[in-house]
Amino acid sequence: MRTDPIRLWLNAHLGLVYVFLYVPILVLIVLSFNKSGLPTTWTGFSTEWYGKLAGNPKILAAAGNSLIVAVASTLISTFIGTLLAMGMEEGKPNPYLDALVAAPMIIPDIVLAIALLSFYTLLNMSLGLQSIVLSHAVFNIAFVCTVVRTRLKNFDRSIVEASIDLGASEVTTFRRVTLPVIAPGVIAAALLSFTLSIDEFIIAYFTAGAGQGSTTFPMQIYAMIRFGVTPEINAIATIVIGFSFLLVLLSQRLNREAA
Amino acid sequence: MRAGLLRAAALACVMSAFGGTAFAEGKIVISNWDGYMPPELLEAFTKETGIAAEMSVHATNEEIMGKVTAGGGQGYDVLFVSSPFAEALKKLDLIAELDPAKIPNLANLYPEARNLSYDPGNHFSVPYAWGTTGLCYRSDLVAAEPTSWMDMLKPADALKGKITMLKTDRWLMAAGLKALGYSVNSVDEAEVGKAKELLTEAKKSLLAYDDTTFYSKLVSGEASLVHAWDGWCNYGIAENAAIKFVVPKEGSDMWVDTMTVTKASENKDGAMAFINYVLRPDVHAWVANNILYKVPNQKAMETLDPALIAQYPNIGMSPADLMKQEQLRDLGDGQKLYTQTVTEITFQ
Amino acid sequence: MNLSRRTILLAPGLGYLALFLVLPCLIIFAYSLFERGTYGGIDYTLTAGNYLRAGSSLFARIFLDSVRIAGTATLVALLIGYPAAYAIAAAPRNRQMALLVLVMLPFWSNYLIRTYAWIVLLNNEGLINRGLESMGVIQEPLPLLYNEFAVVLGLVYNYVPFVILALYSSISRLGPELREASFDLGGSSWTTFRRVTLPLTVPGIAAGAVFVFVLSIGNFVTPDLLGGGQRPMLGNLIYSQYLSARDWPMGSALGFILVLIMLALLFGQAVFAHRAAGEVEARGVPAGAPR
Repeated sequence: MRTDPIRLWLNAHLGLVYVFLYVPILVLIVLSFNKSGLPTTWTGFSTEWYGKLAGNPKILAAAGNSLIVAVASTLISTFIGTLLAMGMEEGKPNPYLDALVAAPMIIPDIVLAIALLSFYTLLNMSLGLQSIVLSHAVFNIAFVCTVVRTRLKNFDRSIVEASIDLGASEVTTFRRVTLPVIAPGVIAAALLSFTLSIDEFIIAYFTAGAGQGSTTFPMQIYAMIRFGVTPEINAIATIVIGFSFLLVLLSQRLNREAA
Repeated sequence: MRAGLLRAAALACVMSAFGGTAFAEGKIVISNWDGYMPPELLEAFTKETGIAAEMSVHATNEEIMGKVTAGGGQGYDVLFVSSPFAEALKKLDLIAELDPAKIPNLANLYPEARNLSYDPGNHFSVPYAWGTTGLCYRSDLVAAEPTSWMDMLKPADALKGKITMLKTDRWLMAAGLKALGYSVNSVDEAEVGKAKELLTEAKKSLLAYDDTTFYSKLVSGEASLVHAWDGWCNYGIAENAAIKFVVPKEGSDMWVDTMTVTKASENKDGAMAFINYVLRPDVHAWVANNILYKVPNQKAMETLDPALIAQYPNIGMSPADLMKQEQLRDLGDGQKLYTQTVTEITFQ
Repeated sequence: MNLSRRTILLAPGLGYLALFLVLPCLIIFAYSLFERGTYGGIDYTLTAGNYLRAGSSLFARIFLDSVRIAGTATLVALLIGYPAAYAIAAAPRNRQMALLVLVMLPFWSNYLIRTYAWIVLLNNEGLINRGLESMGVIQEPLPLLYNEFAVVLGLVYNYVPFVILALYSSISRLGPELREASFDLGGSSWTTFRRVTLPLTVPGIAAGAVFVFVLSIGNFVTPDLLGGGQRPMLGNLIYSQYLSARDWPMGSALGFILVLIMLALLFGQAVFAHRAAGEVEARGVPAGAPR
């Protein structure tokens, strides 16, 4: 591979973007060792917050709930959203469909939150983690569909038809022909919806049931605002990020060995 | 193999999501701010009464109020909200009438706390903590100790850019209204208009509006004088003894955080038993020590360690002094005017 | 045959959105036509007053201001995100996934504490100002926090990953031949990029731009914490109508007006994107070829 100036410049830029993305994360990690409970002021080194975290099942349970909500809503919305994107790209452009799919991204969180809670109450539906999952899927489907569509634009339909003409079933055609083409888009879309869901507060708060069983991580943190968001939160964020980081490194190592 | 694992994990997620909703019969659910109660309190309550209790958390009065309005309060038994919100919830018929026979410990409260203007006789709300709003400042960084709202609203040059104010509508407006000698519950358009002018002018000297981390800004020295709730100023005092709290001479508001029982509750007796438990002198004193707020329980306050009051003088403020401040009331239709005015001030 | 296939693909998504978006929003739309109850909730008296009040100059000014801030954030996020996404798409195949996950990883922490971290960096006594002062670069702290700069920075920070994802999905569609072409052609690579690559990635640019713009305009935490609450945006306005003013009809009316205006903007953008794609085809690049 030649090292031409454009590639060098691109890679340098990417490096700087990572610095930009991770500088606040470094601050967050440092603050997890803050002695006092102040959210934005450093007063000294201590590891007591990690100890407190171990004795705080509420925060750990909330983090677990968030993970459940994010995984479940990502699975639902990646599946439904990808089908939707394929369906939309196959036919003639339809502005009404476009509007329907764009709407969940545009509608402000608080409006959707109150709309959904009013709706669930009207249906007498029981609230809990499942209602948060259903609610998060509403906006996630829209985001997934939009990302996957960027991938399907100008997708050559004739190869799909050729495959079917040659006797392959719809499912086989999807697996062998369509999926390999759209896979990077689907993966990007799933990452996006996981990220949106795991950090969403207001819709989750309104559509969660009462009780600790459906309290998500962001709900737990916002509830701490009034009496101090302590470095316990930074501690758990540090653990989550550190753990994910290790997983990425490990998968790279495995990848290289397999290659 | 990997697909199988993934499928199993997904299934487990969905199962636990749907399984989490079944509540044990008779269990009460309490919604409160996180950290506004000793963490072991619920366990102690269950141990003593046999009533299972679960804690839910909310971030703001506004959010729990919105959720209860839209959802009817299903699933909640006890709500902790500030007094104007309790008043509005009662007017919306979302919280229940309390049975004094089931809360005999009401007798431990100060007489003043039994006769609050928004709910004399504690028919639908029981005070949990109370206090006022004023100026929290770094005595080592200000040239002169502040005494008046005007020290914040029309500050000396040295303080400019070193001040934060609360932005929650009732408290931002209260500062302007009180500085001009008006009521904190005024819905007179001329009075609100004058307060708006004063507050708009004051905005020029602000570092920021801050409802959540103002005490942290005092500790770091980013701000020298902040508009603060008394109990919240204590979080700053805990870090730096030079931080002090003063109620401006024009007077201020008096807020009460209350416990209420939802109308939707299926175990109102359990909910009232919980309220009664909190009002026990030893329990309420435990609360005060834990959250560093004044509690309206005479028997509990009498047992507090004088050293605690020496460290946080505003905890020692007497009910008589507190009652000199003006109690916040729900504004009904006037709330619209306040929100509109605050939006205009902050957008200027 | 073809119709039924398309129906099968569309049905789950459209059914889902009809059930969990359209029906709930009909309730909200109905709210917007009634009056506010004295203590919150709804007073069931029909009125058009909410929509009339939404046209007031204060609301219009907040709307325009929000559009400007969200627009700036969108532009900056695209300028940062495009080359980053391009670099990821040009990286060796087995690394791309890890590079993407590393972009998203910081955002699995929490919005509030990331924002606090920025406050630690930017405030007058913060790391950046202290650092520059100790190096003697500045005498007075730079005003980095509690202004529009900080709000835009916070929005770009939180939403640039979404731009990168959308663009990656679109750019990686171009075959390596095409990407290499822009490296190999040296002097004319800019022309290749402008004439071929850029137009072919317009769908990704559009999707990324929509993400940043709509997420920014509805945001209410960043203006409060990094902007010091001194420049409320549309998200704050709608939030406060619902929860502070307890004026659900007004909040609903504002929400609907926002959705309508944004949909109109999106239509404009769709027309523009369509035209751009048409031009490429007209220049003779076969639409289906690069993959």
